[in-house]
Amino acid sequence: MTTTLDAAPAVSSHLHPRASWDVADHPTPTGREEVWRFTPIDRIEPLFLDALSGDNLAWETSLPDGVRIEPISRDEARERSVEPPADRIAAVAAHNAGYAALLTIPEGLELDAPIVIAGTGRDDHVKEHLVIEVGRRARATIVLRYRGHAQFMAKTDVRVGEGAALNMVLVADWDDTALHGGQASYLVGRDAQVRTVAVSLGGKVVRLVDTARFDGPGGSIEQYGLYFADAGQHLEHRLFVDHNEPHTSSNVDYRGALQGEGAHSVWVGNVLIRANATGVTTYEQNRNLVLTDGCIADSIPNLEIETGEIAGAGHSSTTGRFDDEQLFYLMSRGIPAAEARRLVVEGFFADIIRRIGVGELEEKLMDAIRDELAVTVGGAS
Amino acid sequence: MSLEIRDLHVDVMTESGPKEILKGVDLTINPGEVHAIMGPNGSGKSTLAYALMGHPKYTITSGSVVLDGVDLTHLAVDERARTGLFLAMQYPVEVPGVSVANFLRTAKTALSGEAPKVRTWVKEVNAALASLDLDPSFSARSVNEGFSGGEKKRSDIAQLGLLGPKYAVLDETDSGLDIDALRVVADGVNRYLADGTHGVLLITHYSRVLQYIKPTVVHVYMDGRIVASGGPELADRLEAEGYEQFEARADA
Repeated sequence: MTTTLDAAPAVSSHLHPRASWDVADHPTPTGREEVWRFTPIDRIEPLFLDALSGDNLAWETSLPDGVRIEPISRDEARERSVEPPADRIAAVAAHNAGYAALLTIPEGLELDAPIVIAGTGRDDHVKEHLVIEVGRRARATIVLRYRGHAQFMAKTDVRVGEGAALNMVLVADWDDTALHGGQASYLVGRDAQVRTVAVSLGGKVVRLVDTARFDGPGGSIEQYGLYFADAGQHLEHRLFVDHNEPHTSSNVDYRGALQGEGAHSVWVGNVLIRANATGVTTYEQNRNLVLTDGCIADSIPNLEIETGEIAGAGHSSTTGRFDDEQLFYLMSRGIPAAEARRLVVEGFFADIIRRIGVGELEEKLMDAIRDELAVTVGGAS
Repeated sequence: MSLEIRDLHVDVMTESGPKEILKGVDLTINPGEVHAIMGPNGSGKSTLAYALMGHPKYTITSGSVVLDGVDLTHLAVDERARTGLFLAMQYPVEVPGVSVANFLRTAKTALSGEAPKVRTWVKEVNAALASLDLDPSFSARSVNEGFSGGEKKRSDIAQLGLLGPKYAVLDETDSGLDIDALRVVADGVNRYLADGTHGVLLITHYSRVLQYIKPTVVHVYMDGRIVASGGPELADRLEAEGYEQFEARADA
């Protein structure tokens, strides 16, 4: 049932380091490597440690009928994976995970209620490998939610079967002391629809690598992201969509706000359209709203096209402060400056939040954004 | 009780430093009056509108704007609005992700100091939209996003009716409207004027709108100042003879 993708032709690009299960193939980064040059190596160093850990997050799960989660061996997890680790954090996580977990959504199962997996850290050092298999024509929403303090390394592999629809929401709402790194790999089946929403609010350093590729033509992946970097926080999202099949589509839209001295966000969006992948549609955008002085937003879209027959491809990246015209318009109707700014930021994120599709969570996140904004913009009057 | 503009001088910041656009504007608008300001392109008509509302790009260097005894000159934009001034912009701004309903409720709350009553408010909003031929579904849309030019203008005039400011500055609200939309917008402005307690400064490039909104006074505005004032017949003269006849006065 599984397809091995190790045989997929490697791409001759510095953007895609050689993937390998062997930790030795991923030397500890120095910060000079292309893919590590934005990351604060000194602060993320604990995530490079190649050692077993018995710690675990305190898990609370909500599994609708028909959905199974079970432990599997490290070898089985490798066999079921989409691809080997692309970097040291993922390699260390997979190699040293106490056990791997397999979440199965059977073929044809259509779920209205979300699958919720919430982990709370209690000063733990946790390595994890999670494999998710979504059966053909199944439809589900999965919410992964992280809180508390932890050093958390995760390798996640998601196989989405033919014609299935998966909505995957990841909320990193850690304490501001947490370290979180990892790799999530999606294999999108023929005509399958995958949507991911990554929300990064907490954590001292968060570095998430997402890769996506296709197991047949007609699949689509939409990836949305929302992040709010405060003083001293580093939030990094690296995405790679590999259009290895024809008539596939991808749409990436990540939006972030930054406030406070040393707030740092990194967004790298790589899209590759291979020679055989004709009729592809892709668009990626990253928008950053800088709320105060002293913030850095790095934003790098890359588009590699190896075929002349594309349906549409583009990208955009904008980083800026508040739009004076928007604030003027709102204030000209009597709305005080602080509230006008709050409205604009909420509006900026509303487009991402509404993609989550879990009403209660959408409201909680809007509240969380209001709390973040109260720091610099001022609370609601 | 009036909106008094006294010897208003305004600079705009440009790359080569501040540049004076308004060169001494005097104007008094009493409740129940409509003052039309007509002038050629580039004469600074929009600068007058923006400066009155307090747009950050423009600086009042001397003179004053006093609304019913309150000096607006040094007040922030939102404070001017709460004092009773309203601006319908030539190009209303899109605010993505902020629904019209949320925007209007927030504005009404800020202006009146308390949240409007949920039950009656929704009806009021829908009625205000309907009076400008806008579907109730506009409430759920983002402010001005994806609206046609005409829909933006009609939405601004719906706000005028709903928020009920003491004085309204309408900056080329008529431009870009076809004749049907112009009638709808003019009806909205006339309803706002009906009880005689509100004043309007109507900035326009064309006399056409004055067939639908009757001006009390028409001012000819050139190169940052008012060069002539008169009754509605002045608009007809401008239409027939153009602005050239006033150029000498502007240069004086």
